[in-house]
Amino acid sequence: MRLYVFRRARLLGVNIMTETKTAAVNKNTQPAILVENLSKTYGSGSSAVQALKDASMQVQPGEVVGLLGPSGSGKTTLLQCLGAIIDPSDGRITLGGDLLFENGWQYSDRRALRRDRIGFIFQRPYLIPFMDATENIAFLPMLQGKTNKQAYDRAAELLEILDITERAAARIEQLSGGEQQRVAIARALANRPPIILADEPTAPLDSHRAMSVMQLLHEMAAKSGTAIIVVTHDENIIPVFKRLYRLRDGVLHEEKGEGKPFDDLED
Amino acid sequence: MISLAYRDVSNSFGRYLLTGIGLGLLIGVTLTMAGVFRGMVDDGKALLRYADADIWVVQQNTLGPFAEPSSLPDDIYRGILAINGIRRATNVAYLTLEVSYGNHSVRVMLEGIDAQQNLMHLTAGRPVMQSHYELVADERSGFKLGDRIPIHRHDYEVVGLTRGMRSPSGDPILFLPLKDAQEIQFLKDNDAVFRDRAQLEANPKLNPTGNPALLNAVEQSLFSNHRVNTVLVQLMPGANPRRVADDIEKWLRLTAYPKDEMEEILIGQLIATASKQIGLFLVILTIVSAAIVALTIYSMTQTKLKEIAVLKLIGTRNGLISRMILLEAIGLGLIGFLTGKLAVTYWAPLFPKHIVLLMDDTLRALLITMIICILASFAGIRAALRIPPGSAIGG
Repeated sequence: MRLYVFRRARLLGVNIMTETKTAAVNKNTQPAILVENLSKTYGSGSSAVQALKDASMQVQPGEVVGLLGPSGSGKTTLLQCLGAIIDPSDGRITLGGDLLFENGWQYSDRRALRRDRIGFIFQRPYLIPFMDATENIAFLPMLQGKTNKQAYDRAAELLEILDITERAAARIEQLSGGEQQRVAIARALANRPPIILADEPTAPLDSHRAMSVMQLLHEMAAKSGTAIIVVTHDENIIPVFKRLYRLRDGVLHEEKGEGKPFDDLED
Repeated sequence: MISLAYRDVSNSFGRYLLTGIGLGLLIGVTLTMAGVFRGMVDDGKALLRYADADIWVVQQNTLGPFAEPSSLPDDIYRGILAINGIRRATNVAYLTLEVSYGNHSVRVMLEGIDAQQNLMHLTAGRPVMQSHYELVADERSGFKLGDRIPIHRHDYEVVGLTRGMRSPSGDPILFLPLKDAQEIQFLKDNDAVFRDRAQLEANPKLNPTGNPALLNAVEQSLFSNHRVNTVLVQLMPGANPRRVADDIEKWLRLTAYPKDEMEEILIGQLIATASKQIGLFLVILTIVSAAIVALTIYSMTQTKLKEIAVLKLIGTRNGLISRMILLEAIGLGLIGFLTGKLAVTYWAPLFPKHIVLLMDDTLRALLITMIICILASFAGIRAALRIPPGSAIGG
């Protein structure tokens, strides 16, 4: 595990020990994600259900925050609002200083917004089964209008970073669960989005793999300044977060995390 | 840009191909049914085509010689020839029977013809040249040159083969001299002749004492046959078929049908019920095939909805997703059509009845298949575009 971590760090050009310093530098810039008084109500009248109630949060570039909460607490709703997938009922969302939502979406092409500025990692990898590992990654830059060469170069770069170069041409069903999840992470990073929304990305993995995925996300955040929100139930990985948000009945609370170094957790 | 349709098909090409082949067999069955329908109609027209008659003369007030029995004296053609506008009049006798040769038994239609006037196209051998006991057989009868076919009391040698000569029921035709056909049609077995003769002899009015010539004359009249089923008439250039037919009906007290009216009798009445039955079955089969093709294509999309949601979530344009579904549907339709066409081409000759595969029907089937595939893909595209990208999140 230790070897793996240092190998990743070398490829990324990141010094694990300076990660905190990198994040601190990024804090001087505008928040990557700024959510103010966000509400979401499903239905209307007597059957209305308020899934989010005046939720506010802030995530800095390069920061990885945890989003916790029991089932039905509104985590997925918050993620879908941030991902421009569903319409919030009220509030304000700002990404990297750009107002995204206030009394309606400020961007007409939300699909392009998701493609260019938001990376998604799901509970299951949800890779496109009819593409190989490289194509799954290269497809996103292609959608963005990059040439095939640029897209495949980017895919190769990410495959190397994620240590799955030798599986580049493998069909999805030939990859292990961990390899699939790493391809999914590579896909989320393919267009260099400033934010990544990860919905229980470690759920299908064993604790060892779950920890390496979390470490990878932290490395990515540190290297590229990407802000990452990780929804999780996994008690083992909660200690790695320095900051947490907990949702209960639609109400969001900020908590201080332990921020334990990965080496300590591994030991 | 990666072609989603190509990648998807490549990934599960075996399954895609098998699905296409399955649909193809269904399309093949539908094409076969269309071929059976066309074959029935063509069988009805085949006789008219090779008979090459402008007018069919039959017994008065009958729809003969196929839809109803028709019997005419075989010298009536002389009277017909006397009518203005007629170039040629030929006696013809028809009868259908089961013919056995070795282990081979086949239902055929015998056509008694005037050997001198018969100009049919032969694929092998020669025309009937002798007055008796020779025949020309349609290839579909299975008979070979030199075969001696027993029909009633005599054996007939196959001296020529022809092709595409079928009765309105689709039975192969054997052509033999008119006199032979008349004999076969009306000849009684020996016991029947013996009984009839005894009956005549016992009748004092037909066998009066001292006048044996009367009995001989009556017997000759009863035991010989000088009747035919129809007279085929060819007209002089410029003669009006309907007008000549009217003259024949008026002066000879017969019924005469110009070629188009005879075609109406053969197609519209003789095979009408059977062809309607086949036609209706064809329509139902086409609808069922269309439904199955459409459901297959729709289901193909339904199994990919999760992937489509992910594609939408990561920013794939609707056009790319729609194109994937449309191209896959068209590809499936093309595989299905080619399989169906290939299948029907190979299995059509195995059918005992005549199957006609028209290029028009083939093109129509291709067009219908493509339309069904495109419409089905629209349903799939609609389902794909309706799926919210958010459904990829949250398990």
